Order: sequence, then C-alpha cells, then structure tokens
Amino acid sequence: MRSFELTVATSVADATHAVAADPQSRFIAGGTTLVDLMKLNVETPHRLVDINRLANAEPSLAQIVALPNGGLRIGALARNSDIAWSDVVKAKYPVLAEAVLAGASGQIRNMATTGGNLLQRTRCYYFRDTAMPCNKRMPGSGCSAMEGHNRIHAVLGTSKQCIATHPSDMAVAMLALDAVVHVRGPKGERAIPLADFHLLPGQHPERETMLAQGELITSVDLGPLAFAARSHYRKVRDRASYAFALASAAVVLDVNGGRVRDVRIALGGVGTKPWRSREAERALIGKPATAAAFRAAAEVALAGAVPRSENAFKIELAKRTMVRALSTVAAMEG
Amino acid sequence: MTISERAKQIVTGAAPGAVGAPLDRVDGRLKVTGTARYSAEMPVANVAHAVIVGSTVATGRIASIDASAAERAAGVIRVITHVNAPKLTAGALTLLQDDRVRYNGQPIAVVVAGTLEQAMDAASLIAVTYIEGAPAAIDMAARKMDAYKPAGGQPDSIRGDIEAGIAAADVKVDARYSTPFVNHNAMEPHATLAVWEGDELTVYDSTQHVYGTRNGVANALGIPPEKVRVVSHFVGGGFGSKGRMWSHVPLAAMAARAVSRPVKLVLMRRQMFGPVGGRPETSQHIVLGARRDGTLTVVRHESVSHTSRFDEFVEMCARVTRTLYAVPNLETMHRIVKLDVGTPTYQRAPGEAPGTFALETAMDELAVSLSMDPIALRLKNYAEKDPESGRAFSSKALRECYRVGAERFGWSKRSTRPRSMRDGNALVGYGMASAAYPTRRTNASASVRLMADASGAARALVQSATHELGTGAYTVMTQIAADALGLAPEQVRFELGDTRMPPSPVSGGSMTSTSTGSAVHLTCLAAKQKLIELAVADRSSPLFGTRPENITAANGRLSRTTGTRAEESYAALLARQPDGAVTVRADIRPAASEYVTHAFGAVFVEARVDVELGEIRVPRIVAMYGGGRILNAKTARSQLAGGIIWGLGMALEEKTLVDHRTGRYLNADLAEYHVPVNADIGMLDISFIEEADPHVNPIGVKGIGEIGIIGVTAAIGNAVYHATGVRVRDLPITLDKVLGTARA
Repeated sequence: MRSFELTVATSVADATHAVAADPQSRFIAGGTTLVDLMKLNVETPHRLVDINRLANAEPSLAQIVALPNGGLRIGALARNSDIAWSDVVKAKYPVLAEAVLAGASGQIRNMATTGGNLLQRTRCYYFRDTAMPCNKRMPGSGCSAMEGHNRIHAVLGTSKQCIATHPSDMAVAMLALDAVVHVRGPKGERAIPLADFHLLPGQHPERETMLAQGELITSVDLGPLAFAARSHYRKVRDRASYAFALASAAVVLDVNGGRVRDVRIALGGVGTKPWRSREAERALIGKPATAAAFRAAAEVALAGAVPRSENAFKIELAKRTMVRALSTVAAMEG
Repeated sequence: MTISERAKQIVTGAAPGAVGAPLDRVDGRLKVTGTARYSAEMPVANVAHAVIVGSTVATGRIASIDASAAERAAGVIRVITHVNAPKLTAGALTLLQDDRVRYNGQPIAVVVAGTLEQAMDAASLIAVTYIEGAPAAIDMAARKMDAYKPAGGQPDSIRGDIEAGIAAADVKVDARYSTPFVNHNAMEPHATLAVWEGDELTVYDSTQHVYGTRNGVANALGIPPEKVRVVSHFVGGGFGSKGRMWSHVPLAAMAARAVSRPVKLVLMRRQMFGPVGGRPETSQHIVLGARRDGTLTVVRHESVSHTSRFDEFVEMCARVTRTLYAVPNLETMHRIVKLDVGTPTYQRAPGEAPGTFALETAMDELAVSLSMDPIALRLKNYAEKDPESGRAFSSKALRECYRVGAERFGWSKRSTRPRSMRDGNALVGYGMASAAYPTRRTNASASVRLMADASGAARALVQSATHELGTGAYTVMTQIAADALGLAPEQVRFELGDTRMPPSPVSGGSMTSTSTGSAVHLTCLAAKQKLIELAVADRSSPLFGTRPENITAANGRLSRTTGTRAEESYAALLARQPDGAVTVRADIRPAASEYVTHAFGAVFVEARVDVELGEIRVPRIVAMYGGGRILNAKTARSQLAGGIIWGLGMALEEKTLVDHRTGRYLNADLAEYHVPVNADIGMLDISFIEEADPHVNPIGVKGIGEIGIIGVTAAIGNAVYHATGVRVRDLPITLDKVLGTARA
C-alpha cells in the first residue's frame, strides 16, 4: 500500500474540481472496494478526496426520496443498509432490497454507498494481483484469466481482452428497474441510463464506465414501474452468504390473464457488466407465464454466451436461475 | 523429579470435581474485552515495523533488486535483501541467503521502517528483475509420473495377501478421489515481535510450540537456545499452521538485530499462502473388495500428495485405513511429488481428514453396490482390536457412536434409493461416515507453587509451556490442577506459553490434554502428596505422626481418615514453610503401553440440494464421539463444533487456487477463499459416549482437537450422493459438480 494524502471535501463542487484537476486522485466514500485495492497496490492514488461529509451541505445526497413521476431517488451516499431496510424500497421495489441484502456482509453494507457499489471493480484474481498480466489493470499486458482459473468469470459481454465479471448485485436490480445515474462534474450535470453507464470491455477493458475523471455520482433514480412490487432477486453462490454470485437474476414481472404483459430481466455474475436482456424481455412479452416460456426466454438471454475452460456451467446455471426468479414472481399471491 | 505412572489407580480414584464441568473459559473475560494480549500486541517500546516483500515468480534467480527508492522513502530504517542479509542457517527455510527463487511469494526482501504504513509504502517501491528459471511445476496431476516414495516415516504397509483378497471379493469398488490444496487461514495472522537485549533475544510469537520456535530461531541465528526466550500467551488459531517455524520468525529476529530495535513482523493474509504452508493436494486411489454379506476381503489405499522442491512433507492419508476396519488383506502406500510451491504442512487431522474422505466415500460406494445399509456394512467389518498390530484398543466406543448417533439423527427414516427424498425444490439426502484419530502422548513437564494469599487461602500457580490456541488450554489445565491439588478452580492460576516454564510439546496432534494435562495432573498430585508428607512430619501440625495413606486432601484441607478426627488447612501448613510456599516440578515421560489408543466417532449429515440450481446446504449434523474423559463439556463441544464446521468447509467450499503457469496464489484473501459463514451452519448435535479408559493415560483423555473434522467430508459427500444420485469424488463439492451440466 502506498502512502497517500487525504482531504475532506465539504461541497460537491470542491470535490469534483479537486479530483478533476488531479488524475492521481480518487473520491472515497465507504472505501470497501478502494481501500482493498490500495492494499493490493492495484489502486495507487496519491490523494483521496473524502466525500462522506458532502451530505452535511446537501442532505439529499444521502437520502432516499420519492420522485414526482412515481419513481424513487436514491442518494449516492445512501449506504447499502439504508436501501435494504428502506420501507419504500421494500414495498415498491423488493427486488432491490433483496439484491442489496444478498451482497457482501452486514458490516460492509453499513459502509458501502450507492455510488461506490456501481463503481466496484471486478473480483478477477488476475486483476487483483499486480504480479500478473491484466488488460484492465495494465492495458496491453494480456489477459491471464483467459487460459487461467476462470470459473468465476463472465460468459456474456466478454472480449478477447477481458472476461472479468462485474460483481455488483445492487446494480443488477437497479438495471431491471430502469435506473438512471445522475452525475455532476466540473462541466456540469448529466443523466446516464444505467444500461449505458457500464461499458463492455471491448478493446479497452480499462474503461469501465461513462464517468470522466472528476465526475461524481450524485443519485440513482429508479423508474416509476408500477408493477415492480412483483419482483425478485435470486442469487446463486458457493456458500449461503458473503460470496459473489455465480449467477443471479433480477426480474420484474407483470402478468395479466396468465400472459406476460411486461417484464424486466437483468442478470448478474455472468456478464462483464450488469446484464440487462431486452431480447429475453421481448421474447417473453405476450407469452404465457409458464416455466416453458421462461425457459425459452432464458435461452434467448444466454444465446450469445461464450464459455472458457472452467465456467461453462454458468450458462446453464444462469438460465435456471432466471427461470427460478420468474417462476417465483409468477407464483406470488395477488 | 521424575514420576513413575500408576495410571489405573489414578484414573479410577478420580473424585468428582472441576474436571468435566462446563466451566466458563478462565480467559474468556480477557478475550471478549480485548485485554488478552496476542503476540503483536505485547507492550514493547520503540518498535520498528517490518514488511516482507515476496517474489513474483516461482523459479529462477533474482537478477537485481533495486531498493534505492525504498531506502529513500519516509521512515525507512533498513531494507534487507539477499545482497546484504547476515548469514544464517537456513535449513529448509527461505531466509534471504541467496538469489534463488523456489516458489512464488518467497520472501526476497524485508523492509524495516518506523511505522507499518511507511514499511508498506517502501515495500511497494522495490523493483526486482529475475532470470527466469525452468517452467514452474505447479499442477500435481500433470506431474504424477514424478511421484516418489518419501524417505522418512512409514509410507507403505502391507498385511495379508492382496491378490487373494481381490480374488475372494464378490463386489469391488475401484475409484480415485482427490482433495485440493487448502490453507489454514487462522484468524490471527502469523506475528512475531523480536526484542534483543545484548546477546539475548526475546521472541513474542504466535506459535503452537514455544520450545520448537526457540530451537528453530537459535539454530537459524547460530546462537545457543538458552539465549532465546519465546513467549506466546494467546494464539488466534493455529490448526497446524503455527506448529513449525516459518521464515518470518528468524527474519524478524535478523531485522531486529540489524536495526538495533525491537521489530514487529505480522504476515499479511496473502503471505499466509506460500511462505506459510497449507494442506497439500491429494490424489487417492482406493480398491475395496467384499463378499456378498459385506465382509471386506481386501483394502488398497494409495495416496499421492505434493511437497515443495526443497523440503519433504507427506500427507499420511492412508494411515487411518490401517486401523479402521478388520480387513485381513490391506496395502497402503504414500507417494509425493515435488512442486515449485511453498512447503506444505500439518493441517488439522493431517492425513486423516483427506484420507477418510476417500475411504469413507468408498465404503459408501461399496454399501450402494451391496445394497447394504452403510452402518451395517461398517459393523460387519468392525475392528474389535487393532487390525494392524493385533493389540487391544485401550477403549473403543465406535459401536455405540453408530447406534446412538443413528438414533439421534433419525437414520431409520432414510430411504434406501438415492434421489428419493424431496422437500419442495430440495433433494434431501442422508449420509454418514466414521471418524478415527490416534491418541498420542509425549513428554511434558509442569511445575506448581502452592502458597497462601493475603486472606489466608491457599493458592496454586501452575505452569507448563503449552499454548492457548483458542482450544481452552488455560481452562482445562486449571480444572485438572484444581482437582489434583484438592482446590477450587478459583484458587488455581495456570500459566503457559513461555520458554521460562517447564517444557511442553507442540500443541498439535491432539496431544495437549494427553501430554501436558497428564503432566499437570501428576505434578499437582505430587505437590499434594508433598503437603501430606510435610504435615505428618511437622510437630506443629495436628496431623503430626499420622500415616500419610490415612490422610486425604480436599477443599484445601488435609484430614485424617482414621481414628481421632484431625485436620489442617493447606494455608496453615504452607505458612510454616520456607517462603511460605511449596514448589514441585516434574518431568513426565509416558510409559510404553500394551494398548493401541484411538478416539472414534460417527458423523451423520442431512444435505439438501436444490434440484435445479445445485445449491448444497447442510441443515443438520449429528456427531457422536468416544473421546475418553471429557475435561470440560463446554470447551470440548466448541472444539468439536469448530472441527465439524471446518469439515463442512472442506467438503463444500475450500480450495486454494494456484495459477498453473506462475504458481501465484490467486484467492489468498477471505473474500475469495471460502470458509463457512454462519449462514452455512445449521443444527450441530454433538455428544459423547462416556469412556472410562484406565489405560490411555493418567487422566483418561483422548484429545479431541482433530477428530471433529474427520469423517465430515465423506458424510456430506455421501448425503449429497443420496440426495442427488451424483457421486462427487473430488473436493470441494461445489454446485457445478452436481448440476449435471458438465456437457452443457
């Protein structure tokens, strides 16, 4: 771990200007990813700008409030625990509360923030070890996972440069809830649909999001989705808690007269980014809400999957996980 | 003094007392309030902090180490590399003595700085170039042709006629099993605080063997052992990983001497993979032959495990097979393969844990082939005496363990056919396995000092240089001493973990209670006897002139048992002694025994496997043990629960991932290296069959440190097979292995 300087920001403008002006600086909120990576020398910022106190000046940054359009605004500094135990989230967007609770541990959720969760880095072993080549950490050095241990790696959205899995549970649920990420930077504010926020690795796995240096996430807005109360997050992992997903599915399902009227499907643990499958959604709309139809949609969702030596099982597992999640919602009362 | 043993008399004469009671840990308050001092927390002034830099290749030579930036960094006192390191006797350790790299992560530099942060910062500035060596040999499966017979120990055994046994078999099982490389991951990292005063060295070390560490450090530094004191009051888990000394201990001492300051060196979690050994990978081949009625005619058990390029460690998987079943024809064999990794080491139940996975899974497979109940098959081959030596067991309650365990578990509700029990999305399976672990004992010493405190009550200070690994050693030794002395536990203070105290063996091999416990017991009995002898010879005592055998000692008082009633308190007697105290020290050497000594047990598991998603959960484990006398019902249960939970982790979760090209340890942190979390553990029903064993040792104990982990892996695998019909022979049993998607 390298020595670094820590400054405490008191306003969003101060924070964004400070980080924009210095490419060797990073924002720090909960620190649950960044400090880890600093200990590994994967991240070696010279300066950290602490944004935890920004909510003193701008309380909405840490709040969860209803939007006029029926949606919900989640402040970037809201802790994962705040989301998980929010009454409105539990009632209107159960898939999100379930996803957050399925992630990390109680201690980590008490620290980890909404913005930080969207920005968490992959758990790829090779990314986290500076002694190994990694195109994401050191562009052009090669991908060690391709021919190495890759049981936990992605099967969707991969490229010849990178097969690292995006680890977030929360982002998968938000993606199924038509979330929009609001950011503020030296050049002002902008809104980025979450579906566009994370980038596929392509030729540049080192670029993971649309954020420019110095841009700060201020909130995530969930869509008004009236039927989102009928939603569910199903996560499959190697132990009962405190493990990243081998496969997960966030689904929102609107069934009318036995047929699917509307649906949102996002997958976790299998993609290089949180994976929304609009193809599967399209395939399912208008179909009967049956296991067979769900399975057909799952085949569509995983149609482009590319396995490596150890992770072929994830393709079938993801399909079954998606079917299970949809079946669970379809069987809900009311 | 040396005490000869009269084991039978001592055990049968044991009166009910503190031993056996579920006494709270005497160090419990210290631990939960954070005031128990672990090695890195010892209050030493002017401490400098050391950080080890590890190699990033597994083979080759160091071409250059540029430490100039590190040396210039804030707070740095010294950077030690093979270029400037003092010459030490390295033995099988890697102590910066040459430019050779033997495994990935090998210590190649030590940075010493004023603060830990400064040392870490500087460590990241060291630039190393390597001359590449031969391609690293990492994958044991690809190197099996290099397997060889280890020189030491008893790698092979044979009894009876193997060919005849095979010919006599109606049914055979011939299968291969594998267990992965795993690491201990004790909660407390290995930590050493080295303090020189002149030519005398004190090492505060997280170790399972203070005397072993003393000899190891002295040998490495080339100084007499008497110049080294090793102190270890509390250890935050060892499980074998702190049984032998690793390179960081002499490196800390070397660094402290180099900078003329106390030096603290705490390994980082990822340095506990490589520089500290784990349990080696094993590949086992088992052949079982049986007659139709289940009688075993032959057992062959061959095990291959890995070792390092520069040291030999053998995982003795098949040793337990020699003892467990009464089979006339048996062959066992151990081979090892040298790989370019750090030297592996003992991990809880070394040999027995992976060995019983193979053997007890094979027995389950045999039961399936015979359409026989797995317990009935085991009873059919029950060993009434040790089948290897023909000698009697000192005691063996395994039959009762099967019977009572099955009853408590509800084994009779098990359907015979696999994949025939269902609850919603869960396939339900029941599995069982046997557990066995040898009861060992070795030399140990103890001392006791009896005195009266200010209030006029007798007090005892009992010492032996054993270790508190979280096992409850402080507590059970207090109980043993209290009963032997005729005092209440509150009147006894037991101290451990210091080479200034009488020696005890390594706290491994389930030997602490058997060895140190016996030594404490016998030493305290001798001290009590000395009180009696002092009293009867003392004209000032009301007991003067009484024959010693007519005096009993209990509750801090000596009482005449015949004739006129007379008594005297220990305190009154002690007050008349020089210094107001009586001191006894004894070195105890166990006598040879005609018996074979083992603890046994039986483990029953319910597994639930999601029919589509493959998730495996274990809601219920019932375990029964015959572990001799149980010293403390509460700490014993905790020990066994810890072992069982580890067995669950070994069955379903644990595996150290090593990159086959580079030898890098890939999942060397507690997020990616999976051990069970609370949510993985359901009901644990742990109980004992009482064994009054007058032969095993003076206190009748068998040691329960390892047996908890044994058998659990096979019982879980057998339950998963019963649930799903899928037999997984390579650990860990992860969901992808039961999904049925191998060809998807």
